[in-house]
Amino acid sequence: MESQPHIRDISGNTALDEAQRVKRFEERIQAGERIEPKDWMPDVYRRQLTRMISQHAHSEVVGMYPEGNWITRAPTLRRKLGLLAKVQDECGHGLYLYCAAETLGVDRSDLTDELLSGKAKYASIFNYPTLSWADIGVIGWLVDGAAIINQTPLAKCSYGPYARAMVHICKEESFHLKQGYEIVTKLAQGNSAQKEMVQESVNRWWWPVLMMFGPSDSDSSNSEDLMRWKVKLFSNDSLRQRFVNGSVAQAKAVKLTLPDPDLRFNEESGNWDYGTINWDEFWQVVKGHGPCNRERMRMSRKKHNDGRWVREAARAYSARHPEK
Amino acid sequence: MRMKMEKNTTAENEEKMPLWEVFSQAKSGKPHTHVGSLHAPDGTMALQNARDAYARRGSASLWVVPAEAIIASTPEDSPMFFDPAEDKVYRHPQFYKIPRSVRL
Amino acid sequence: MSLNAEIRGQLFNYLLRHADDRLVLGHRLSEWCGHGPMLEEDLALANIALDLIGQASLFYKLAAETEANGRSEDDLAFLRDSAEFRNLQLVEQPNGDFAYTIARQFFFDVYDVLFLEQLSLSTEAEISAIGAKALKEAQYHLRHTQQWMLRLGDGTEESHRRLQDAVDDLWRFTQEMFVPDELDHTLTAEVIAPDLETLRSSWQESVEQTLREATLELPEDSQYMTSGSRGGYHTEHLGYLLAEMQVMQRTHPGAAW
Repeated sequence: MESQPHIRDISGNTALDEAQRVKRFEERIQAGERIEPKDWMPDVYRRQLTRMISQHAHSEVVGMYPEGNWITRAPTLRRKLGLLAKVQDECGHGLYLYCAAETLGVDRSDLTDELLSGKAKYASIFNYPTLSWADIGVIGWLVDGAAIINQTPLAKCSYGPYARAMVHICKEESFHLKQGYEIVTKLAQGNSAQKEMVQESVNRWWWPVLMMFGPSDSDSSNSEDLMRWKVKLFSNDSLRQRFVNGSVAQAKAVKLTLPDPDLRFNEESGNWDYGTINWDEFWQVVKGHGPCNRERMRMSRKKHNDGRWVREAARAYSARHPEK
Repeated sequence: MRMKMEKNTTAENEEKMPLWEVFSQAKSGKPHTHVGSLHAPDGTMALQNARDAYARRGSASLWVVPAEAIIASTPEDSPMFFDPAEDKVYRHPQFYKIPRSVRL
Repeated sequence: MSLNAEIRGQLFNYLLRHADDRLVLGHRLSEWCGHGPMLEEDLALANIALDLIGQASLFYKLAAETEANGRSEDDLAFLRDSAEFRNLQLVEQPNGDFAYTIARQFFFDVYDVLFLEQLSLSTEAEISAIGAKALKEAQYHLRHTQQWMLRLGDGTEESHRRLQDAVDDLWRFTQEMFVPDELDHTLTAEVIAPDLETLRSSWQESVEQTLREATLELPEDSQYMTSGSRGGYHTEHLGYLLAEMQVMQRTHPGAAW
């Protein structure tokens, strides 16, 4: 998918040098144009996007494990259908995103290799365990809620295939959020064991969810280029604040407590101030030392290795029966 | 995420699966539009996979096309392909004047 | 439904066995979610699982209405023990490898399309409606599993061997699908339920044809053939499946979810 600069000469235009190309590229982005796969783009843009989209795809796919853990134990038929459809959507999202990444000139199998070798990262939140049924509700409410706040702006990002995949994904995510909040509501209005179950779950997930928005703006590398190129439209801290502001009211509506004694409304800024995030924990999990990093990677590798003979059979069959 | 690997899991010598582009018709009578892509060993499986990946929330018809079969114009083609169309005003109905009193 | 009490009781039991088939098989397929050979196949297996569990819900709901004893569809799914389950032993078999899952699904899908074609002709409107809806889904399932039968059977040496092993192993569970019991006879006589014996030859023909095309051997009939599923006789696997599936309802009796 590399662009072909020599064609420009044939069509009578003078070849542009690198600086001019970058200038034109940035002008297009400033003008709100979308960049498409065959358009010229700076190598850094291509690399950053490939990294970002593939990390996002890996997160969706690895994200199937924590929730998948409860599919066989969902308490009612309706919940079983809802959860299975949701985890299936995540798989679909992974697929849409791998496709978007592939328009940048990489192959899904190479991206999968990077995940399985531990070279590529995925969202740290999926390295936490799902220990009770309430976690399924809380993941839908808080984790998907945070993901939606993170991802909605991406539907307007400068790279066409990523933006289009995100439009598709955000539509489906809103079902996830509602499903989660419904489960939480039901538990919060349930018997004392259920109430305890859901509060305990909120206590466990709240801080890791805040970490989903990434390091504080002051510690975030890569951000400046990504913002100028409209790959990233808002800073980590501003998205995190938006999430906290929304969650406070949602928690109150179902009489749940967010586990942060420093949480209070700031009249001046109009925001809810929150306590200090434990960034040590965040970096530990990113580096592979979270509660479930090993399990998630083991599962991912097993899936890939167990499926190899099936993929080989499918290829062998179609080679032998080209008419299909 | 840096973990010790079992052997043979990264050295991936597995052949790649062909890529297919998927077009879906949202409703009968509407055009087929591009909705995404997927990997499949052949057309039959590609179509079935397209159904499961892109028609979960409805579709009236699906096409799958091998990605390599698509011949696309390049951005470099754009000036000669598309700019010349911009000043051909005589292709548009507004170019032609008829008496106001007549309805065509 | 304007049926007499005795037929209603029979109908309740009849609906349960077909609901149980779908719930148990859907549950097994849902275990694949996130573990399939490619993402595309994760999506496909989850779709089939969703269809089956959805069908189970419809059958349970109608069963609960027919019983009219205050039990809900969830009570029927989550609060009955292994001996009260009436599903075929075929569908409770563990997933094994992908070949095993596909062979199990293929045997069921061929049967299911034939069964639902007939069920959709039932004189009971609610039953024929479920049959017609489920038939469309089953036709797609069959198409999908048939394609995999061909690809695994006629794929590589390894896939051929794995699928042949699966077919041989599962064959013993296939014949009881076509052995009617008293309940079947009664409801067939009322033109409410299909005559299972008439499905057998079409099933055999269809299965043989696909096996042949997939370069697989037809297993010998002389081996041990299971029976008794519809009377609540099961393999050891069902108990574990239910223990897992029912844990929340059993641990928190009476809670709403």
